[in-house]
Amino acid sequence: MRTGEELPPLEIPITRTLIVAGAIASRDYQDVHHDAELARQKGSPDIFMNILTTNGLVGRYITDHFGPGAVLRKVAIRLGAPNYPGDTMVLTGAVETVEDGTATVRVVGENGIGRHVSGTVTVTLPVREAADARDARDARDARDARDARDARDARDARDARDVADAGDAGGAS
Amino acid sequence: MRLKAYEGRPAAVGGVGKDPVNEPMIRHWCEAMGDTDPAYEGPDAVAPPTMLQAWTMGGLSGHTGRSAAYDELLGLLDTAGYTSVVATDCEQEYLRPLRPGDEITFDSVIESVSERKTTKLGTGYFVTTRTDVRVGGGEPAGTHRFRILKYAPARRRPKSPRARRPRPVVNRDNAGFWEGVGRRRLLIQRCGDCGTLRFPWLPGCGACGSPEWDTVEASGEGSVYSYVVMHHPRFEAFDPPYAVGLIELAEGVRIVSNVVGVPYDKVRIGLPVRLEFARFDNDGDDGDEGGEDGQDGELVLPVFRVQEGGGN
Ligand SMILES: [Zn+2]
Repeated sequence: MRTGEELPPLEIPITRTLIVAGAIASRDYQDVHHDAELARQKGSPDIFMNILTTNGLVGRYITDHFGPGAVLRKVAIRLGAPNYPGDTMVLTGAVETVEDGTATVRVVGENGIGRHVSGTVTVTLPVREAADARDARDARDARDARDARDARDARDARDARDVADAGDAGGAS
Repeated sequence: MRLKAYEGRPAAVGGVGKDPVNEPMIRHWCEAMGDTDPAYEGPDAVAPPTMLQAWTMGGLSGHTGRSAAYDELLGLLDTAGYTSVVATDCEQEYLRPLRPGDEITFDSVIESVSERKTTKLGTGYFVTTRTDVRVGGGEPAGTHRFRILKYAPARRRPKSPRARRPRPVVNRDNAGFWEGVGRRRLLIQRCGDCGTLRFPWLPGCGACGSPEWDTVEASGEGSVYSYVVMHHPRFEAFDPPYAVGLIELAEGVRIVSNVVGVPYDKVRIGLPVRLEFARFDNDGDDGDEGGEDGQDGELVLPVFRVQEGGGN
């Protein structure tokens, strides 16, 4: 895993059930998250997802991607266009930094009317991921060493050939 | 409103989670989120870190530990017409995993209250709180910074272009009044003989009968003398329910007008109001500045805005 690496997108259908289930699971009983009639009276076209659900989904997107053992350290999000029923939100992410087994990932969630969420997640990578990152570095180092060795070998071979050529030439003289 | 004074004051003191961290709530959360991370199930389960705020929620039985300062601040904003609320930012840091059985306590502080901002949703104020969540009253488990927008919803106006407000009938007797409105001045007639003020405009003095008059400009201060809320009949140019106020001006005369700045059901007799001029039907609802202008395209009317802090 490297800086700039993009996470595969995650599509989340915004159903009425998801909005209500998320609101209740987060103990948020504000009527705009479950009562369409009251939501309309408050100027919203329909019920909409609460911020705690968005927060939970962003966290899930990151831990799903990095797999078991990934641990969330920080989640900071800002909301924009609301998630209304019938829409689809597509979460995308890009790795911003990786250091000492901890990554920061920039996350964006777009829906049909705009950018629902943008934010940054700090996550401690599972041992395997951290090991992979280390392996990738080791492999790169090994490749670099091999390339250097190959170059040296090639040079030696050329030198040897040059010597041999010189010898042949000498022999022909 | 003296909103900045609330910065630094507690929003919740000694809050206690309604339930200790527990497996059923964790499972319900994971089901809702579609989260199948094995860390959140089994004998060594931890709670999803993003549940941090959920453990502090009051639910249907209300918040614990909520401070008078926070209720006061929200009440002040409600009274001023900023009755709607939407969460805009959430920043959480997780310091320690939460496990079933952990007892949650929390304290919150009002970090900041913004200047008045105009957003797509409406005009309002951003209020930021920071909550420190602890386990067993001691060990920090995480911090949670939360920003809400407390706003007056912008009215949606789905009316057709044909449905415009009725135009005033301007005649010799009231032309001076409408000229004044055009210059953003509310003019009151004054009798040239006995000095009695009168409104609406009439050709003669009701006190002495004199046809002589001049004008004084209203200061703009007033209060709601009476009001009525219109629900029916429906007229395309208006968006019921709305409040029609009879405003008593500081000068003593009364004028029928709209009361703005609070929801229709918050208008009360005695509310202090101040004059402002509103533009209607300027054919620019969708940013289209083309077409007619002047007195045909645009209508300017005096309306009365409830003053901040009014109605306390
Ligand atoms: Zn008179």
